[in-house]
Amino acid sequence: MTDSAPAPPPQEPAEAETLAARFAVKQRAGGIAVPIVTLILAFLMAGAVVAATQHSVHKALLAYRDIFNGAGLNWIFHPTTNIQVLASYNLSQTLLQTSTLILTGLAVAFAFRAGMFNIGGQGQYFLGIIVANWVGVSFATMSTTPHILLAVVAATLAGAAWAGIAGVLKATVGAHEVISTIMLNWIAIYLASWLFGDGGPLQNSTDPFTPVSDTIAKSAQLPVFWGTQGFQGLDIGIFIALGALVVFWVLLNRTTLGYEVKAVGFNPEAAAYGGISVKKNLIRAMAISGAFAGLAGAVDMLGYLYHYGQADVPFSNVGFLGIAVALLGRNTAVGTLLGALLFGGLLFGTTHGLNSGSVIQPELAGNLTYIVVGLVILFVGADVLVLYVWNTPRRLLRRRAKAAASTAELPA
Amino acid sequence: MTTWAARLENPISARLRSPAASGYAGIFVGAFAAFLAIPPLQARAVYWSIFVGLIAAILGVWTVSRGRRRLGWGAVAAGLLGIGLGILATRSSVGNLNAVFDATLIAQSLGFATPLVFAAVGGIFSERSGVVNIGLEGMMLMGAFWGLYGADKGGGWVVGLLVAAAAGGLLALVYAFFAIHLRSDQIVGGTAVNFLALGITGYFFVQLYHNSPVQNGTPTVPNVNFLSGSHFFGAAIGGLSILTWAGFALLIVAYLVLFKTAIGLRIRACGEHPRAADTVGINVYAIRYVCVVLSGILAALGGIYLSLGPQGNGTFQFNMTAGKGFIALAAVIFGNWRPAGAFGAALLFGFSTALALRLQVYSPQASTLFAALPYLLTLIAVAGVIGRTEAPAADGKPYVRQ
Repeated sequence: MTDSAPAPPPQEPAEAETLAARFAVKQRAGGIAVPIVTLILAFLMAGAVVAATQHSVHKALLAYRDIFNGAGLNWIFHPTTNIQVLASYNLSQTLLQTSTLILTGLAVAFAFRAGMFNIGGQGQYFLGIIVANWVGVSFATMSTTPHILLAVVAATLAGAAWAGIAGVLKATVGAHEVISTIMLNWIAIYLASWLFGDGGPLQNSTDPFTPVSDTIAKSAQLPVFWGTQGFQGLDIGIFIALGALVVFWVLLNRTTLGYEVKAVGFNPEAAAYGGISVKKNLIRAMAISGAFAGLAGAVDMLGYLYHYGQADVPFSNVGFLGIAVALLGRNTAVGTLLGALLFGGLLFGTTHGLNSGSVIQPELAGNLTYIVVGLVILFVGADVLVLYVWNTPRRLLRRRAKAAASTAELPA
Repeated sequence: MTTWAARLENPISARLRSPAASGYAGIFVGAFAAFLAIPPLQARAVYWSIFVGLIAAILGVWTVSRGRRRLGWGAVAAGLLGIGLGILATRSSVGNLNAVFDATLIAQSLGFATPLVFAAVGGIFSERSGVVNIGLEGMMLMGAFWGLYGADKGGGWVVGLLVAAAAGGLLALVYAFFAIHLRSDQIVGGTAVNFLALGITGYFFVQLYHNSPVQNGTPTVPNVNFLSGSHFFGAAIGGLSILTWAGFALLIVAYLVLFKTAIGLRIRACGEHPRAADTVGINVYAIRYVCVVLSGILAALGGIYLSLGPQGNGTFQFNMTAGKGFIALAAVIFGNWRPAGAFGAALLFGFSTALALRLQVYSPQASTLFAALPYLLTLIAVAGVIGRTEAPAADGKPYVRQ
């Protein structure tokens, strides 16, 4: 063989220390490849589960078609603003979910940039729900704009405070945020169940046997611009969510606060050496992260839920989906938007598109979402594998070219 | 770690005079202040608790003045808490007190601690070898569901145990591949495993059991009945599950394996300094794989207690682990990565769960809120002990073979 290019030295990327730094290395290495391959792998494997358990590949394909249509994505074939058309109704519902997931995704992404893993979005979201409901039901004499503003601000602050507990514990005594935020999740779940439950302080005042809260006052309900108010029409919450995306981007990329938070995320020792207070920024980042999740609760409560029942508590999973949204979106603003669109469609598409039961049992749908979420998080974290898959065609081509070259050079 | 030689040079009388001794004594006396007011002692006069609690606080202040600030303030807090709880207990009715504090409280505490013991020992093995296992929760859930399935279809609880162990071990193997070979972030990977287990168990629960929680006639893990009768010990430990006793045995075996055998030394070497371990010929990857899979098997056995133990009694519910894997993880940290310490923490959390159930006699409406007690306690515990505990040096860091 004359082909004598020296073998490249084994490349071993330096093991970066923190979570954020590790992900930054991967970001440069993977680019857009990792999310795309991740999605393909996750959907293929979840489809395989359906195909295996239903003994039919056809059913798996049908299930995906129904999820696609259930999410209202077939709207693009016949775009219309008429909400009476099923596809546009479905799309409006997907966008409703998307607004929530943008915010819970931002909650995870912001903490990630500071090197922390906030899996307490669900609990912070519940705090937002609780406070928004309380403010929305009380102060019914206020006029619309100040009432909405008050509810939104109070719920956002509640989310920030709840996450702030984990931030303070991390900064002062070094308690790992994963354990503390999980515990705060469960405390929030029981708190919400108690508040909205029988005899709870926020239970409705008319029917003492129904564990549901009061409906918030008209003055606290967000205006609806697509669909009907009171029938889950698409409210202006989606613009609040898009605004939060801009705030997230500006905060991280154009302010001192964002610079400090990112510096702490990359390398706390170096940041401290540069005069940045690590403790202050850990608490700050966690509180801002929780503020996004609290805002998500406010947008849901004021936008279309209006009231909350004890039975709704264990079924809410938007806070957890936020983890997959942020990781798939690589913790950037644009990525989070795309991730939220995808999972918003998946969330509504699985619960709604499969509810006829003609393809698979509708109760399977929610669990299928969890499987996809699990696979997405698993593969996003394992970029070595994903990049290997991504590069496989190129590697095969190279091997074939090499083989061809070597056979050509063989003496006849 | 105090060695035997150091202990000989430091006789017991000297150790009793040390600030640490007065600090721990203060914490103990503070706990006693609360204990005085509840059955069986049940002093109804409030000044007993106040008097004993003040002694604890004084011991604490003395400890602080001799330099052990953190421990001293802990004793002061224990004393004040003892006074507070004592006052609360003397204010409540004798009937309620007797309903909350009886011998079966011990049995229930041990019962609630059992799944935590299994998962925590699993966590200790995994983390001692250098792999953080956030996925304990999911592995427990796999054990809870597939154990039930195995017992139901296989016709015996032993089959259930085997199937649960296989399911937990398999999920752990997947996680190990991602954490060890692919070097993905262990916190992210573990979270993924939890979601995966939630989805898989939920999916097959619908597919195989149509979401109905009770499977009639499922063989459950039997209890060990001895010391029968209504006396204290019979009620406290006479009817515990086989798994609870197995948990005690596991703690002892885990201690012996980890700290008294060559294998244990190798495991700990991989968690402290994998490069050095590799240099002397230890296969770091193999050790880590074995430990992670073992942690999955043990977590699954803890999970089976939830579905087939006396409290579950042949039922499964979606997400029935409810954060117990994370509480077990907290027990690992709280117990300083040692079986005995983790057992103490598991007992504490088991006790608080049992207590929360019984506090319903005071306010049925607030019972939902009381259920948050173990999680609150975990939060406080994790916050309180950090700094005094030390994780294995290479815990959570992927190792690159050279």
